[in-house]
Amino acid sequence: MKETGPAETGTGSAAGRAAEPLLELSGLEKHFPVMGGFVFRRQVGRVHAVDGIDLTVHAGQTLGLVGESGCGKSTTGRLVARLLEPTAGAIRYGGRDIAHASRRELKPIRSEIQMIFQDPYSSLNPRHTVGGIVRGPMEVNGIDPPGGRDRRVRELLEIVGLNPEHYNRFPHEFSGGQRQRIGVARALALNPKLIVADEPVSALDVSIQAQVVNLLQELQRELGIAFLFIAHDLAVVRHFSQRVAVMYLGKIVEVADRDSLYRRPRHPYTHALLSAVPEVETDPAVESRERIRLAGDVPSPIDPPSGCRFRTRCWKAQDKCAAEEPPLVRLAGNREGHLTACHFPEAPTVHGEDVVLDPALA
Amino acid sequence: MTIPAPAVAGPGKTLAAKAPETAGRSPGRLMWLRFRRDRTGVASAVVVIFFLLVAALAPVISWLYGKDPYTLYGQDTPGLLNDFGYPVLPNGGISSEFWFGIEPNLGRDVFMQLVYGIRTSLLIAAAATVLVTTIGIVMGIVAGYAGGKTDYAIGRVIDLTLSFPSTLFIIAFMPVVENLFVSPDEETPVWLRAVTLVIMLTAFQWAGIARILRGQVLSLREREFVEAARVTGASPARIVFKELLPNLWTPILIQATLLLPALVTAEAALSFLGVGMIEPIPDWGRMFLRGTQVYQNDITYLMFPGVALLVFVIAFNLLGDSVRDAFDPKIKR
Repeated sequence: MKETGPAETGTGSAAGRAAEPLLELSGLEKHFPVMGGFVFRRQVGRVHAVDGIDLTVHAGQTLGLVGESGCGKSTTGRLVARLLEPTAGAIRYGGRDIAHASRRELKPIRSEIQMIFQDPYSSLNPRHTVGGIVRGPMEVNGIDPPGGRDRRVRELLEIVGLNPEHYNRFPHEFSGGQRQRIGVARALALNPKLIVADEPVSALDVSIQAQVVNLLQELQRELGIAFLFIAHDLAVVRHFSQRVAVMYLGKIVEVADRDSLYRRPRHPYTHALLSAVPEVETDPAVESRERIRLAGDVPSPIDPPSGCRFRTRCWKAQDKCAAEEPPLVRLAGNREGHLTACHFPEAPTVHGEDVVLDPALA
Repeated sequence: MTIPAPAVAGPGKTLAAKAPETAGRSPGRLMWLRFRRDRTGVASAVVVIFFLLVAALAPVISWLYGKDPYTLYGQDTPGLLNDFGYPVLPNGGISSEFWFGIEPNLGRDVFMQLVYGIRTSLLIAAAATVLVTTIGIVMGIVAGYAGGKTDYAIGRVIDLTLSFPSTLFIIAFMPVVENLFVSPDEETPVWLRAVTLVIMLTAFQWAGIARILRGQVLSLREREFVEAARVTGASPARIVFKELLPNLWTPILIQATLLLPALVTAEAALSFLGVGMIEPIPDWGRMFLRGTQVYQNDITYLMFPGVALLVFVIAFNLLGDSVRDAFDPKIKR
């Protein structure tokens, strides 16, 4: 698996770059109003959940999106699935801007963008049978697969590794991992081209995480589905994604293909994130990596810092960082497609050999 | 790197081999199983069903018993009532012919009055319950799902309705309705009184259930399965009817089973206060009113409607509690 990884990345990105990107976000913003005031409630501020991000996802490729809690990853995912309407910016899917499309206009695209949710306990309707849950998307979109919907439901359950005879059961009869598989089957019911996976494994325990991630990877390889894979677990993202974007406080701070990002991270925040990955060192001779401890909390997205958003916690911050917002550009010494938003990037040295720490994922 | 499907499907398959019927236990089925274990619930259900049967079979009972609730037996047959209009026999005139005795003055049969009185109470309460529940569901779901200004507007109407002195209003308003629709030289038609009662009771009761359902919808709306339905392109109607409503049947059923006895009592109270059902329709509340007028000489006549109402309301309330416990085993009493 580890050997085939880079080769796969090469072919994936080469094929992707030649074609038009499947999904393109440009200058995407989502601000939530903060209401306040006595008697007459009015807007007193805005939460800058997503504040101008540019990303591309190519067909059949996985883009990992990582960052701390509250940095806007999930909001980005919900914007792409158009559960939320962006404040500004464009979401181009297959060349069409769907940022402000109505439910009717979205109808043909709905079946192509699907979502896998974080919490397998709240994402399945407790009053529906598994069959009903997986059949739902087909009913909504009026899809009649050959052999009938019921046959397709059994087929999908089998694809995700569940017993197709269980289509008559209710979600409460399944474990967390099995429930997440039901969620995957539901997302697959419409043969989507892009799946937004919003922390699909973070609610599962580690052994089940590996199973579900492997299932998703298998599906991607066989069905050629593109993924926007949102997670805070760097090891899982590395295992699953060809490209990885790091988000901080509503902005992309670094985006690169997997190996560049994990081996030659340039942004101090990426460094900090990578150093925070817990490590199991079996060889006592090897000195453990130094851990970068970030001081303080993430600043409030209601009033984000000027200039570089990371400067309040960055150990390299200078006056320039407060005055000027660093653009997301390719720095000298970076591979093509490796963009970093930093005035004082780290040296392009090779980072720790391997951060895949979960043996089950290796 | 294969999907570990066999490991997952394995136990399932052995299970399937043991029991060929793999249909799951639905939440409703689990509720039924829990309910059957609850002795109080089953007993009160039996009592409630008994009352419902009596109401439904009132004409049959009347035919078997050989009497009706309208004939003035005491006045037609001499020797049943004394000169003051009270039953001659002890205990309100209970005899093998008049099982529960006879009414003072008018001399009607108490047993038949009670049996037909269930019909009146149940029909009015049931009609009001259906209306209340329907309006409550619509308003609650609209407020909870639409949110924003709609929610605010409905919320204030609910507040107003809940804080309104409903009994006083009905007492004051009932004569007004009669003046509006009935000319002074006519009798008030029974249907008008019944319809007015149902509308009045509905107008002041829907707010409670609407508020409960609004809260439920608010919490359900944020659940990810609603978002999952929206991602597939489901219409708001489908989300409300297919995703939200199945999760609301539990609170709706619980509220309705608790609402019905409350409305039976409310209707009896209004009749007692003189704004309920009118003669000659048998009514428990009015029997009660007559009972309080004659209790010094004929306490038995007060006992029957009182005990019947008490048993009915307690049984229905206990049933409501048991239904709630069966649906929500986590709630501890």
